[in-house]
Amino acid sequence: MKVLVPVKRVIDANVKVRVKADQTGVETTNVKMAMNPFCEIAVEEAVRMKEAGTAEDVIVVSAGAAQAQETIRTGLAMGADRGVLIQSDVALEPLGIAKLLKAVAEKEGVDLVIMGKQAIDGDNNQTGQMLAALLGWPQGTFISKMEIHDGGAAGAGGVKVTREVDGGLEVVDLKLPAVLTVDLRLNEPRYASLPNIMKAKKKPIEMLSPEDLGVDVTPRLETLQVVEPPPRKAGVMVDSVAMLVDKLRNEAKVI
Amino acid sequence: MSILIIAEHDNASLRPATLNTLTAAGELDGEVHILIAGADCAGAADAAAKLPGVAKVRVADAPEYGHELAENLAPLIAKLAADYTHVLAPATTFGKNVLPRAAALLDVQQVSDISAIKGADTFVRPIYAGNAMATVKSLDTIKLITVRATAFEAAAEDGGSAVTETVESTGDTGLASFVGQELTKSERPELTTAGIVISGGRGMQSGENFAMLERIADKLGAAVGASRAAVDAGFVPNDYQVGQTGKVVAPDLYIAIGISGAIQHLAGMKDSKVIVAINKDAEAPIFQVADYGLVADLFQAVPELEEALG
Repeated sequence: MKVLVPVKRVIDANVKVRVKADQTGVETTNVKMAMNPFCEIAVEEAVRMKEAGTAEDVIVVSAGAAQAQETIRTGLAMGADRGVLIQSDVALEPLGIAKLLKAVAEKEGVDLVIMGKQAIDGDNNQTGQMLAALLGWPQGTFISKMEIHDGGAAGAGGVKVTREVDGGLEVVDLKLPAVLTVDLRLNEPRYASLPNIMKAKKKPIEMLSPEDLGVDVTPRLETLQVVEPPPRKAGVMVDSVAMLVDKLRNEAKVI
Repeated sequence: MSILIIAEHDNASLRPATLNTLTAAGELDGEVHILIAGADCAGAADAAAKLPGVAKVRVADAPEYGHELAENLAPLIAKLAADYTHVLAPATTFGKNVLPRAAALLDVQQVSDISAIKGADTFVRPIYAGNAMATVKSLDTIKLITVRATAFEAAAEDGGSAVTETVESTGDTGLASFVGQELTKSERPELTTAGIVISGGRGMQSGENFAMLERIADKLGAAVGASRAAVDAGFVPNDYQVGQTGKVVAPDLYIAIGISGAIQHLAGMKDSKVIVAINKDAEAPIFQVADYGLVADLFQAVPELEEALG
């Protein structure tokens, strides 16, 4: 099985983001960047499929600035076979990215796409669902468990996934090919070892552009302003549970 | 302008987030319709017809809509959307799953998780786990939007009398099938709509210890939540998780017990009206957002709190 894993380069999850003074966005110059944490989980799952013999070819793809090659290398160091970068200096939106990924999925003839459920910068939670729609494939979103099966007597292969939903867990069975978006508890991503980081430097990364793929990525949203959220007013420390309960009853009047 | 709300429901009744989505739709100044797509969903359709401010309920009642499968719902939404300027769904796991799929079928860039409406095409939404607020303008002809329920009041459930219209099913795509579900059963209020939430973190040390929080929750009529660390450690099920990737809550009172306050968690609760933190680590970041902080060992403080509440 051929597996495509889209990944995104984002501000490292441990960095406190700062809004730019001119309110056009958040500061990204001289800020530590990393692979989006949900994408790491997706790469890990695909690599485990390869180790289990379910996947033969794991392709890591990213769309964005040239520096996204570093993010692709991280995926290759974790165990993916090769990379694709769709280079674009235009700020890409989920719909545009989904169109680019559709083109790559079709060009490569993949059987499965595994990706993060959302990126921690835009928090959109859209790209996987959009990609599935454009391909006409089923979608397993927010998954915490997956199991590929041969489809039994029906013959056509499928994947059974457990989804984390608001009320608890839901299990659905999807026909292959399919798009899966992963949640936090699917697995614990590995750290790449030094020998694997060295090996990853020799793995190929194909460079493409949106034009090569015939995709129009003109933005549909205009960002008018980005500001800090209103700050909370400073709180007080209390010395005892009795004082806390008194404050909640008589000052805040919430109990 | 005309607005279509994609209702979240369980066939018998409406889910609370649908009411918050209705309030958001009301701010858009246009005729509001609601889609009830389900199987044997007359109960939900009747409830929708009573909502104030709703002109029409469109009902698609067919077996293939029984389990909210996005593969079957998205083509229906995409087909109906042609009649509207705005399509709104709650930003719950239901709306997040279904609406982007419909948006792609319509070639529309969805606006996710809006927290305010500035105009017919301009919306405010949190980005970077709520550490920044972006104001965005949609250039698409039809706007597809998911609504952050905690940012809009719940609409009243009674007072309207909408007409009901039957909508043809777009059929079963056969791409996906529902196998089963494990829903957490609780007598307590739903996390996202509770007036008081008490949450535990890694400091709780075990799932058994959450019983201490449950007893307080029962005294206060509160819901019980958890941090990602507590869920990852297996103390409580995934649907307890409050945070950027879990549920977003904004109760009148949020009590954080043994929670350090990672950015991820703060994103899910920092819009609460009053925040209380009890943690033995005085340096824990949770104290920076707390209105009332108590540095204490939770295994002493929580039983004391239970007793003080009588």
